[in-house]
Amino acid sequence: MSDKTGTLAIARIVGRVRQAGPALVFGFLFLALWESAVRGFDLKPYFLAAPSKIFEQFVKNASRIWEASAVSGGNALIGLLVGTVLGVAMSFVLSRYKFLGELITPLAIALNAIPIFVLVAVLNNMYSITSEIPRRVMVTLVVYFIVLVNVAKGLTQVRSTHVELMKSYAASDFQILRKVRVPNAVPFLFTALKIAAPASVITAFVSEYFGGLQNGLGSRITSNIANAKNAAAWAYVLGACLLGLAFYIVSIILESVTRRGEAK
Amino acid sequence: MLARRIAYRSSMFVVAIASVVALWELYKVVGPQDGGKLFGVSILPRANDTAMPHIWSMLSRYGRPEVRGSDTKIWSVVLSGAFFSLRLSLVGFFLGTTIGVGLAVLMSRFRVVQRGLLPYLVMSQTVPLIALAPLVVSWGGKLEIGSFVWPRWLSASILGTFLAFFPIAVGTLRGLASAPAAALELMESYAASWKQTLFKLKFPAAVPYMVPALKLGASGSVIGVVVAEISTGLKGGIGRLIIEYAREATGDPAKVFTAVFGAAALGITMSGLVALSDVVLMRNRPKESST
Amino acid sequence: MSALEVLAASKIFNQGTTKQVDALVDVSLTVQPGEFVSLIGPSGCGKSTLLRLIANLLEPTTGSVSVNKKTAAQARLDQDYGMAFQQAGLFDWRTVSKNIELPLELKGWEKSRRETRAKEMLELVKLPEFADLYPWQLSGGMQQRIAIARALASHPPLLLMDEPFGALDEMTREYMQGELLRICGETSTTVVFVTHSIPEAVYLSNRVVVMSPRPGRITKVIEVGLGATRNEDTRAAEGFFKGITAVREALRGTHAEHAAANAVRGVEDR
Repeated sequence: MSDKTGTLAIARIVGRVRQAGPALVFGFLFLALWESAVRGFDLKPYFLAAPSKIFEQFVKNASRIWEASAVSGGNALIGLLVGTVLGVAMSFVLSRYKFLGELITPLAIALNAIPIFVLVAVLNNMYSITSEIPRRVMVTLVVYFIVLVNVAKGLTQVRSTHVELMKSYAASDFQILRKVRVPNAVPFLFTALKIAAPASVITAFVSEYFGGLQNGLGSRITSNIANAKNAAAWAYVLGACLLGLAFYIVSIILESVTRRGEAK
Repeated sequence: MLARRIAYRSSMFVVAIASVVALWELYKVVGPQDGGKLFGVSILPRANDTAMPHIWSMLSRYGRPEVRGSDTKIWSVVLSGAFFSLRLSLVGFFLGTTIGVGLAVLMSRFRVVQRGLLPYLVMSQTVPLIALAPLVVSWGGKLEIGSFVWPRWLSASILGTFLAFFPIAVGTLRGLASAPAAALELMESYAASWKQTLFKLKFPAAVPYMVPALKLGASGSVIGVVVAEISTGLKGGIGRLIIEYAREATGDPAKVFTAVFGAAALGITMSGLVALSDVVLMRNRPKESST
Repeated sequence: MSALEVLAASKIFNQGTTKQVDALVDVSLTVQPGEFVSLIGPSGCGKSTLLRLIANLLEPTTGSVSVNKKTAAQARLDQDYGMAFQQAGLFDWRTVSKNIELPLELKGWEKSRRETRAKEMLELVKLPEFADLYPWQLSGGMQQRIAIARALASHPPLLLMDEPFGALDEMTREYMQGELLRICGETSTTVVFVTHSIPEAVYLSNRVVVMSPRPGRITKVIEVGLGATRNEDTRAAEGFFKGITAVREALRGTHAEHAAANAVRGVEDR
């Protein structure tokens, strides 16, 4: 690697850091204010725990937090993968049979409005309550609809001039699908993933509140609160936030990897 | 024209629901009574009446009493539970809108605040803030500010506020920035103050962006409230009913469905209320054609 | 007693850096009350920049601008001019009359006075039936007329226009030119008008100011000399073609020397 690209890369990093300046300052100020407020006002632990205590508990419970994250994260990941595959598959069907689209769209819109995760209560009954399956099915459902709506939009909302051009080449529907619709739909897929990835973590999380196996992050938080160990509970919350962030960052990385060289 | 489109969409919706019902009953007929495996994974749910009650038993359950021997029918219990949660969601939503819009104006005025705060706002939408639910609810009854003792229900609304104000702030900020440069120049040529420009140009220009953000905020506040209720068993709300009825599922399988439908109705009502504001706020705007 | 005086004004962007742009250098212009002056020239000649200096939307790097015997800044605060752009820039959420009332609201006029003035302006631009409609229900030409009504709502002595008819088709454009002259005649407004179109500049103006780029400057001021009135026949008159030819040659002159300079540097002339 030549010297020039090296300095260019460093300049870019410095530029980014400078851009991030106010955000970092704000974050730091916020934590400092939090810490001093807890100490200064002698806030009771059941209200707010000091950042220092939270960090302490985080480090102390690190391995347990990791285990719980693995469980919640695992459910989220499985649901994310299966939901994406099913969503993409169904969107192809939808783009082929327009009538199905007319049927499913109002349903998807309505589902968007309701707290769909309450279905876990139903799923727990349909499956064994002691398995992770209800949670995975729930995540799959949530991801499925997000991916379905977005990818279907990508497959159908192509520029009419492109379709007209292909038709003038006497291209078959399948060729149009391959050469025009699918490439058009790819950015829509990644938009969906950026929404679905954090949604999968949140859903996996919330599903744990409905009873069943108590080995995920959600249940740990409630049990710590029940035992008046609030700082520890906050530490698990931190773990959950990191998990959600990780999923989101991965989806962004995936998007940028596939979109290199594309016009923004 | 509009009436016809609404009629068409509603009938499609009804057909969709009917298909779901049909699929449910079909599975009950052909599915394995004790669950089964697909590709080695126990993915097939149990098709028996305890695990999957008939749709008719779910609906008829509404007409029967909540608890054996009591007089109150379940539909009134579910209705009051849903209404309780609706009020909580509305409080959360209004608080969320106030804070969200206020933050957006602040960020639009001071670039420094925007650069400092916006990354956190965006991040917060990807992070399960829901995790804070049990913590916030535990303030109930214990937190005292002067003579005001924090009621438990307020925690549920606060959680709704958390989930609502982020999308509202982001959407409003985007909207405020959407005023075309030529219009901003025009206001400058009028020597208009920042406040005048905000109220006469930026806010009206922001409305098309705020409306979808408000819809997200509405569903966010419902989710926040319901999750708060579920994770802590908050009395009076629909979330608690779902948990309670779920526990009785082995003996009374249709019961939990009544509460689940109640939660769905809650969500639809809340979103319907916000959709009304959409109609009112956008009534004089050029119609964007959406394919 | 001039309506507008620009004295040796310059506008330099990014001064001292490698990205320096000499948008305007040593520009001087005096406009008499009631005059109609056009600014014409190729892209980058600084005509829009000059307009914005007059409007006090930009500060000159050197030199001064005085409008109505005040500084440009004071003139803006006192709302001594109205401005119209290529995009009519009407607010979609306001009715036509409310759009016209906008500058009056900002000046703190009370409701009834505003409404009367808005009605007056609508009569002036001959669109009184459209008062309660919304801008998007009107055609492009009508929207521009409303924008002009808005610009003149507070009866400012000076009207600044930046290619307002650029987005209109040719027929509407010619009609609008006639309307503009009628309106400004009735209100005795001084007009500074930026345009790309030679016939438009000649038809509308008393004087045409030809500008050229790199650096932005005035190269020639042409007296149109078609008299005070314009009508249908003007476009066929000999004086009209003479004026167009004069402007074209002035532009080509600048264009040619610009091309020659570029040819020396080996840059293709477009």
